[in-house]
Amino acid sequence: MTYLTKALLLVAVLATAACNANANRFGAGGAGAGGAGAGGIGMAGLGSPSDPNSPAYFNQTIGDRVLFAVDQSTLTPEAQGVLRQQAMWLNNNPSFTAIIEGHADEQGTREYNLALGARRASAVQDFLVTQGVAPNRLRTVSYGKERPLAVCSNESCWRENRRAVTVLSAGGMI
Amino acid sequence: MIGWRVLAAALLGLFAVMAHAQQGPLRIEITEGVIEPLPFAIPEFQAETANAAQFARDITRVVAANLVGTGLFREISPGSFISTVTSFDAPVAYPDWRAINAQALVTGAVSVAGDGRIVVKFRLFDVFAGAPLGEGLQFVGDQGSWRRMAHKVADQVYARITGEGGYFDSRVVFVAESGPKDARIKRLAVMDYDGANLQYLTDGSALVIAPRISRAGDRILYTSYESGFPAIYEMNTATLQRTRLPVPATNMTFAPRYSPDGRTVVFSLTEGGNTDIYSLDVGSGTLRRLTNAPSIETAPSFSPDGSRIVFESDRSGNQQLYIMPAGGGEATRISFGPGRYGTPVWSPRGDLIAFTKQNAGRFHIGVMRTDGSEERLLTASFLDEGPTWSPNGRVIMFTRETAGAGGAPQLFSVDISGRNLRMVPTNGSASDPAWSPLLP
Repeated sequence: MTYLTKALLLVAVLATAACNANANRFGAGGAGAGGAGAGGIGMAGLGSPSDPNSPAYFNQTIGDRVLFAVDQSTLTPEAQGVLRQQAMWLNNNPSFTAIIEGHADEQGTREYNLALGARRASAVQDFLVTQGVAPNRLRTVSYGKERPLAVCSNESCWRENRRAVTVLSAGGMI
Repeated sequence: MIGWRVLAAALLGLFAVMAHAQQGPLRIEITEGVIEPLPFAIPEFQAETANAAQFARDITRVVAANLVGTGLFREISPGSFISTVTSFDAPVAYPDWRAINAQALVTGAVSVAGDGRIVVKFRLFDVFAGAPLGEGLQFVGDQGSWRRMAHKVADQVYARITGEGGYFDSRVVFVAESGPKDARIKRLAVMDYDGANLQYLTDGSALVIAPRISRAGDRILYTSYESGFPAIYEMNTATLQRTRLPVPATNMTFAPRYSPDGRTVVFSLTEGGNTDIYSLDVGSGTLRRLTNAPSIETAPSFSPDGSRIVFESDRSGNQQLYIMPAGGGEATRISFGPGRYGTPVWSPRGDLIAFTKQNAGRFHIGVMRTDGSEERLLTASFLDEGPTWSPNGRVIMFTRETAGAGGAPQLFSVDISGRNLRMVPTNGSASDPAWSPLLP
């Protein structure tokens, strides 16, 4: 795809992004850690984890994130299982869009980790699309190693940080 | 030399007051790696007007700190001086300085002129040759630029004794960090090379990373999340006005760097999860793709003549360093040791490439020749990364981050022989330094 075509598509996506900065985002606590201060809605908006159509069900019961091996962006069978359920939820709740955040652990240089986080987010996006989620409901962002979830400096934390998090946004803005 | 003097005169009002150009035997060969720093004496500069006393003291201290900070010089305690310097033009009592083994002597004087500007004069002497080393020089400038004048004096002393260009009258842009590790606040900041005159350029509301400074020092490129998505911005350092680089906004863009002439910006652009290197012609806005591979290509840096670009790629399976023509084309791999190599930066002298190396759970800053030979690791720690070169290509500044939940980054410098590792004061945590060229 040329950049021109992309640029045309982009107008719509950018509008989405602009909305997201102010609209409801349903990140799970600090995990999402969006750049513009994500997670601006109270628990009430998340609904009940036992309600299969609630963001709380998506975040907690299904799980909003998948983990990766060191320096890898390949989806494990376990990750694919989570993403199949994420896709099903998204297909059942078409008013939601999502931003997929790719992250890396601190064991790498800053620039490389940004690119690695992008690979991870893209792997999740591609998988969700193969499961029927419309591409224009998804956008990716990489944080590299800038937003660790766990802060110790050993594998027990690093494994939690090598993640891609699907952060829901409310509103039909496609 | 003449060109520099004209430039300096334009800004600071610099001109020569003595014309004894003479090369003495006093010399430090930096390339040999100095074991024993050269002892020098710097009596407090004379205050030639009563209101110049504080400037005289402060300027003397900054000159001495510049020289000592290189690791190449050792200051002799003024308490051991035999001679008392009573005026700038008094004859030098060489035997008195030889007796305390001062190999170099720096004398100076400061006055405040009628228009409020300060005048700084200095002379450098080769004590054992019993002769001046180069001519005396005089700088005139606003009171607010007294530190710059001190740096210029020290640059002169350093250059005359080492035969290399100086690096003290320069600035460093970096990222000032605060807050916990999982919610770090990052602000763009700029300071003198020694940590003085620190100024914040952004307010910390948006995550910013990896600023780069133009050769003229008037513009800064950096990556910001202010839109929610990482994109490259350019800031005018005088007005602090910033504009987004005119590249496709759907794509993540990062790792920018100017070409030596400032007309081109190379950077990484990610599309569909794949990161490649692109260039942007600043004048025309023309975007050009320089690499086209399914691997990660990032961290491009120009050779000083602008003809080639060194970058990192994991096309071989892990991060390694490559060189390609500045317009793209076939790339040659130059790193072959064990481990991973990233963030290459071409020395302003053209002879070396500095890099980050990751091997066996440790990080290193290292240098190699541009053909990959003579690799030397200069540092080792839990996390060292992101080297930047001093204006003369003799010192490298980088980020060192400590491990654990309380881990935080600081700036360090080390010379290319691996000696003289020092923490750079930054008033808090700091990362991603980018060293400017010598100021005009």
